[in-house]
Amino acid sequence: MSRVLISARGLKIRFGGVIAADGIDLDVLEGENLAIIGPNGAGKTTFLNMATGYLRPQAGTVSFLGRDITALPPRTITRMGVARAFQIPQLFLDQSVIENMLIAAAAEAGDLSGWRALRDTPARAEMEDLLDLVGARGYAERTAFELPEGQRKLVDIALALALKPRVLLMDEPTSGVASAEKMGLMDILTAALAKKKVSSVFVEHDMEMVERYASRVAVWSSGKIQIVGPPGEILANADVRASVIGI
Amino acid sequence: MSARAPVPRLAIAAAIAVAAVLPLLIPSWATLMTLILAKGIVVLGIVILLQAGQVSFGHAMFFGVGAYAVAFWGKFVGPGDLLLFLVIGPLAAMAFGALVGLFVVRYREIFFGMLNLAFSMVLWSLLEKLFHYTNGADGIRVARPTLAGVAFSPETFQYVLLYLTLGLVLVVSYGVQRYLDSPLGHMLRAIKTNETRLEYLGVSARRVLLMGYIVSAFLGGLGGVLVAIAQQIATPEFAYWTKSGEFVFIAILGGAANAAGAFAGAAVFEIVRFFAAAKLANAWQLILGIVLIVIIMYAPNGLIGLFNKKRGDAEGRP
Repeated sequence: MSRVLISARGLKIRFGGVIAADGIDLDVLEGENLAIIGPNGAGKTTFLNMATGYLRPQAGTVSFLGRDITALPPRTITRMGVARAFQIPQLFLDQSVIENMLIAAAAEAGDLSGWRALRDTPARAEMEDLLDLVGARGYAERTAFELPEGQRKLVDIALALALKPRVLLMDEPTSGVASAEKMGLMDILTAALAKKKVSSVFVEHDMEMVERYASRVAVWSSGKIQIVGPPGEILANADVRASVIGI
Repeated sequence: MSARAPVPRLAIAAAIAVAAVLPLLIPSWATLMTLILAKGIVVLGIVILLQAGQVSFGHAMFFGVGAYAVAFWGKFVGPGDLLLFLVIGPLAAMAFGALVGLFVVRYREIFFGMLNLAFSMVLWSLLEKLFHYTNGADGIRVARPTLAGVAFSPETFQYVLLYLTLGLVLVVSYGVQRYLDSPLGHMLRAIKTNETRLEYLGVSARRVLLMGYIVSAFLGGLGGVLVAIAQQIATPEFAYWTKSGEFVFIAILGGAANAAGAFAGAAVFEIVRFFAAAKLANAWQLILGIVLIVIIMYAPNGLIGLFNKKRGDAEGRP
């Protein structure tokens, strides 16, 4: 059986009258690509926020490799091996793409030098390879601000991969990307994850992407997990089709 | 930083030559030039914080700490050496910066600015009220120090101080440039554009800002030592909020995209004040105000941004 990376137990959180998590139990396993699907407002992003320390659940625990991380801040959880990519790419927009990557590499190495130039980092070749892997090598010297949206998404993910995480949590990696480019982006992404042996969790609205790229699917509904299972089974489930896909 | 706003080497070399040679021709400019350079060092500290998008409205407190470190030494210990002062002033400012920094780096933007202001006003009040130690508003006279044990006449000393200051400007500018090009410096800039992502890279933004804050306090203290010695006095005015405002003013005037901006701004500021104060008495603030309005409207990247603008135009870029 696969090793459990992230384990959530009984997570609850309420924002005013909205219950965004109402007893979430979920294990993220090593080697899987777990898709999280569900209607808007079901609490998918809230789960990512709780799993990475951005939000603290009002009840329940999150652990990573058996260690309780519920009360830890994002930077500590990140350093343990849980990286995150965002729905809206979070880049350092006035620095170049390679500088963005080198900042991530310095962060990963715990290199807080105030004297040696960032651009002379030994990790530079590695970061260029990573940009290659996500197909953004050609943009290395461009300011992050100049990147087209699809490329920003990929660089955002490359930043997370630069941290050499055990697991990567992604919030809608294909949102904001033209449908014609979604498949290409996901191909690049899953290949990069497999190559770097990074497990992943991704929130996704496009069922075609889920069917094609997920190894397991968890369905969210009003702050609860409705059902978890293999994509074929879940996407054929009549309840899921009604609540999520709207058929 | 250098990549964002390169200033031609020739322009920098020319500026250094002017700073070094002009006072030899016009002796009354020696102290003026020293003040320009020393204030530029303080403004460099403001520029560092601006990289992180933070403006301190209380930075004169470190300027005051540097100045009073020298003044207290003279008052309570005895005659001192310039080299000694250049160590104890900045170190005292760094220590003070580390302490104040622990509080202020928890805040951003207007809260950061105002908390700095509050701390500086506490220091100013103490300097005013603890008359027994500080002589209150009169301040403490600073005797002319020796340099490495050698005493100089007033005429020679002003040149000694000028060239020492010029040397320090070069060293400090190089150091700041290295710092801003380093991982820590880039992370400081990252606080401005995306602090959330920085935390999600596993970096403590507060720690990064605290280090920048301590460096900028060091520069404030160094400038304070030099100005106190050049003017032979330290007064509570050194730490007053108008002085803090002056440093921010100079930083915006000069432009925050390059270390040279701090010195260009300080030069324009001090020269306008020097001449306008002589000729127009109380109108010099008016002139500086108009200069700043023009800069903000037509050269939002400051004086140093003009180099870039011209280059950009030539290459058809904005």
